[in-house]
Amino acid sequence: MLGPFLETLIGGLLTGVLYSLVALGFVLIFKASGVFNFAQGAMVLFAALTIARLAGAIDNKEVFLGQFVAAAAVLGVALALVGWYVWREYMARGGGGDERRKVLLLSLLGAVAGGAAAYAYGKGAWPMWLAIAATAAIMGLLAYAIERLVLRHLVNQEGIILFMATLGIAYFLDGFGQTLWGSDIYKINLGLPKDPIFLFEGVFPGGLLVDPGDLVAAVIAAVLVIVLALFFQKTRIGRALRAVADDHAAAQSVGIPLNMIWLVVWTVSGLVALAAGLIWGAKLGVQFSISLIALKALPVLILGGFTSVPGAIVGGLIIGAGEKLSEVFLAPILVKQFDLAGGGIENWFAYMLALVFLLFRPQGLFGERIIERV
Amino acid sequence: MRLMKAALLGAAVAAAGLTVASGAQAQNEQFIPGLIYRTGAYAPNGIPFANGVADYYALVNERDGGINGVKILYEECDTGYATDRGVECYERLKGKGPTGAAYVNPLSTGITFALTEKAPVDKIPVISMGYGRSESRDGSVFQWNFPLLGTYWSAADIIMQHIALKEGGFEKLKGKKVVLVYHDSPYGKEPIALLEQRAKMHGFEFTPMPVTHPGVEQKATWLQIRQNRPDYVLLWGWGIMNSTSIKEAAAVGFPRDKMFGVWWSGAEPDVRPAEGGAKGYHAAMLQHGAGQFGVHADLKKFLYDKGKGVAKYDETGEVLYNRGLVNAMLGVESIRTAQKKFGNKPLTGEQVRWGIENLDLSAARLKELGFEGMLQPLKVSCQDHEGTRAGRVQQWDGAKWVVVSDWYQSDDKVLKPMVDAAAKKYAEEKKLPVRDCSKES
Amino acid sequence: MLYREAGQFKTTYGADQQIFPILQDRIFVLAVIAAALLVVPLFASQYLYTEILIPFLILSLAAIGLNILVGYCGQVSLGTGGFMAVGAYAAYNLWLRVPEANNLIVVFLFGGLMSAAVGILFGIPSLRIKGFYLAVATLASQFFLDWLFARVKWLTNYTPSGSVAVGDTSAFGWKIDTPMERYLFILAFVVVATVVAKNLVRGHIGRSWMAIRDMDIAAEIIGFRPLRTKLTAFAVSSFFIGIAGAMWAFLRLGAWEPLAFDINRSFQILFMVIIGGLGSLLGSFLGAAFIVLTPIVLNQLPGWFGVKMSTALLSHLEFMVFGAMIVFFLIVEPHGLARLWAIAKEKLRLWPFPH
Repeated sequence: MLGPFLETLIGGLLTGVLYSLVALGFVLIFKASGVFNFAQGAMVLFAALTIARLAGAIDNKEVFLGQFVAAAAVLGVALALVGWYVWREYMARGGGGDERRKVLLLSLLGAVAGGAAAYAYGKGAWPMWLAIAATAAIMGLLAYAIERLVLRHLVNQEGIILFMATLGIAYFLDGFGQTLWGSDIYKINLGLPKDPIFLFEGVFPGGLLVDPGDLVAAVIAAVLVIVLALFFQKTRIGRALRAVADDHAAAQSVGIPLNMIWLVVWTVSGLVALAAGLIWGAKLGVQFSISLIALKALPVLILGGFTSVPGAIVGGLIIGAGEKLSEVFLAPILVKQFDLAGGGIENWFAYMLALVFLLFRPQGLFGERIIERV
Repeated sequence: MRLMKAALLGAAVAAAGLTVASGAQAQNEQFIPGLIYRTGAYAPNGIPFANGVADYYALVNERDGGINGVKILYEECDTGYATDRGVECYERLKGKGPTGAAYVNPLSTGITFALTEKAPVDKIPVISMGYGRSESRDGSVFQWNFPLLGTYWSAADIIMQHIALKEGGFEKLKGKKVVLVYHDSPYGKEPIALLEQRAKMHGFEFTPMPVTHPGVEQKATWLQIRQNRPDYVLLWGWGIMNSTSIKEAAAVGFPRDKMFGVWWSGAEPDVRPAEGGAKGYHAAMLQHGAGQFGVHADLKKFLYDKGKGVAKYDETGEVLYNRGLVNAMLGVESIRTAQKKFGNKPLTGEQVRWGIENLDLSAARLKELGFEGMLQPLKVSCQDHEGTRAGRVQQWDGAKWVVVSDWYQSDDKVLKPMVDAAAKKYAEEKKLPVRDCSKES
Repeated sequence: MLYREAGQFKTTYGADQQIFPILQDRIFVLAVIAAALLVVPLFASQYLYTEILIPFLILSLAAIGLNILVGYCGQVSLGTGGFMAVGAYAAYNLWLRVPEANNLIVVFLFGGLMSAAVGILFGIPSLRIKGFYLAVATLASQFFLDWLFARVKWLTNYTPSGSVAVGDTSAFGWKIDTPMERYLFILAFVVVATVVAKNLVRGHIGRSWMAIRDMDIAAEIIGFRPLRTKLTAFAVSSFFIGIAGAMWAFLRLGAWEPLAFDINRSFQILFMVIIGGLGSLLGSFLGAAFIVLTPIVLNQLPGWFGVKMSTALLSHLEFMVFGAMIVFFLIVEPHGLARLWAIAKEKLRLWPFPH
């Protein structure tokens, strides 16, 4: 009995780390802007599709358009960043605003160059690092577009309106990603090991099964989570992010540009989506369905608290383990007891677990204490 | 309210526009609707099928100038595998063309269930080739349903026969454990009744295990399988669920050659994403498998060489593409059969229904059509809307599908009583009249 | 010019408190109902009934139900689909097991009542949990109820496929069969339900909901009991949603499976409420019309103009445009279509001399 239990627990925890990764994207945005970003799942799909299609063998024309756009985006964003930096330096030394046009020109040139590069690359596959870099740039662009076109116009709206707007974005991205890249199933090859490992074969009959693919994915996810935590705690921009999360108005009054922060946050959560997409995509294959894993992250969120990075991590582990254990051990009992047509309780069990937990701690595991005043 | 009224008015105008548009079309065309999906969670499997269907209709128009001179007018509508969207597509398309829809292929068991209720009212036959309600093969009750080439009960029976053969007879199955991993929808639940029956007959232990849509999260299911150590796992999945199942099977070390998929779990998009992990995996065949046959030469000559094909030529031999071809061919041949009785003109759904019911494809005819090697001869009748119950089993060798069995016939001694009972129950619940097939001409 | 209230004097409190204090509004609403009742059946095609009008009306009712909870009482819920399923399956079981109750009105009301009971149960956490935490927590009810109806065999009368079907639907001897009859029956039901809802939200109970919505602690201090208020909101809301669910199953689908009430249904109805306008019954109708019609129109639009495009591209474009339109509407008018309507009315009162 102990063997299967441990095995399920390990499997659940490893899955939980991946849930944490998706939940983290939600937390970042909610913390900094109070937006419950339902488009996170769509962003995961979009990022994964972009990587898979750029790095995979590309051989039909509709994808070529996407490749062109991607390449243009990479170089455009890269050059724009360089240009922006140069311009800032220039301004600091007392230069004129005229330079702004040069920056625009530079990024335009970059875009053209990127397109030309894509054209030159022809129909071959991109190396993985380049595909990831390109996708990162595209996620940055996406963040910029969302901030510029949507969020900026919805400042000071109620949370639910913003939530609905992100649902709209999710629909758009689902359609856009599939238009650009197609809706077939695509592979991301990270070279994850596939054959199962069996631990302690002497102790337990049949050994403890560990899926090495899951293990590697969990390690990648854990590293990312640590990097993000460091980014938040140690860097200047991380401090600014935390300041904005604490109090928008106060942060603004000490000179933190709010729009800039939002852009950064959305970019970072775009990068988290990229990481999640990369790992999930390598595990499952890239297809529309992976946008639905966002739903898996929601109980993690309420359990861990919408505003807590450690909450997302611990919540993910609890939900992952709880879900698998309930399915493997509780479901057969229920089925036998009530003559059900099969188990499948893990879907609601995670939510119920979170719900029951919330009844005792309404702000989640590590959420900020809710203080109500009249 | 004004907006609402404007919206309603707009809708009314739109509906009127639809009628006008259909009235303006040429009169010598047979309209066939295509309820397919090229988008959403099930697109990887929906796309090749839809391509095959579209290409075959285009081929008939290009090569033969239509069915005896009646051009096929084909229109797709994307259902996304959702039942309500599918019904909307059906309602939108059923009245198009000079005579309305000839027949409809729902391409989803859920939509088939919904359209089964509508077909007798609208007088449009439902061809659910290899899917749909298993009891609907009984034409005396389900006058408008045609689960051609095989139902899920046939599929499950063929798989069990294959397993029994490998074990050395049905009596050897006693005490074995068989698990069914199924898509949690009417589709996945269909085979359960037959497998329970077989389990009772031969004394093996049968456990169904549902997987929730879209099926990307199966870790718990496969951990249970690992712990229970079943002898065989049957897979009734669709879309990304199939490849995920195979991957998870590899991840828990369940032998893939003990895994048997239904014919909707046995195509290239199901095994390719699992790469090496899929090697050895078995699947039932809806008669045909992968590969290029006589009809593909015509496709190349009349469509692909002229740049008119919707897929890529080297994809035209894939399992689901071929299934699309077969599906379209059966429809076209049914219309041809009906034309013999009603004349070479666009036919109504009711006339086409007669054509499907009297469809008789001999081996010679199949060869003529370029389907030799893909299909066995089939003959539909009033009593038997399935046409044939033959099937084979194929295995993925890591690069391609290989046929590993001879032909099986699902055992009518088991199936027939179940079909009769279920059809009778349906007719009683619905208070439907039962046709006497012995009196049909 | 035509639309102004000058000269309409209110001489009684009753006159001052009626639902539509302005004569023109009353005439207009009655005219719309009359048109829906008498004019629509003259020209409507089957497609218009089954794919546009019937879904629109039923989902409007569901949106009214959700609007009571979200718009009036401020409790965000993502469990609408689950409550619709409760209504549908409760109605199915009554219809199936009690032949004496083979009357759609009885059956639907039973569905509503069962849904209300379940709603109260799942509303209890709202006393402790608020905002998005509550929204996500209501997903628990969605997933649990979906699961329940897929698994408990008794609820689906042991059908092997898990898909249930109804036939022979009638009310007081009136056999409701053709699309037109279904439409008229639903229309009558929805009109009555709307009047009930309107009177609820403008009465004492509605005011208590709004007090809780605007600030629950303050409301508690001035004497509204949060427990009772929130739970009545959940109950009334689920009641309407349950009836809508039963109608959806009986009169729209005929044969269904739990998938018909999945989470996408919940989102769809929440969209209707938000796009239509929170805290507005009119908004529920406008939102429902928008959400029902937009995808259908988008999908067919290129065809009407004779533009040929691939089915896949068409579906993807539909997604994109739909998403963009939602964002657009939220930006233009976060208070929903109902607010646009109110603004138009304001303008109309001054027209043609705005100064």
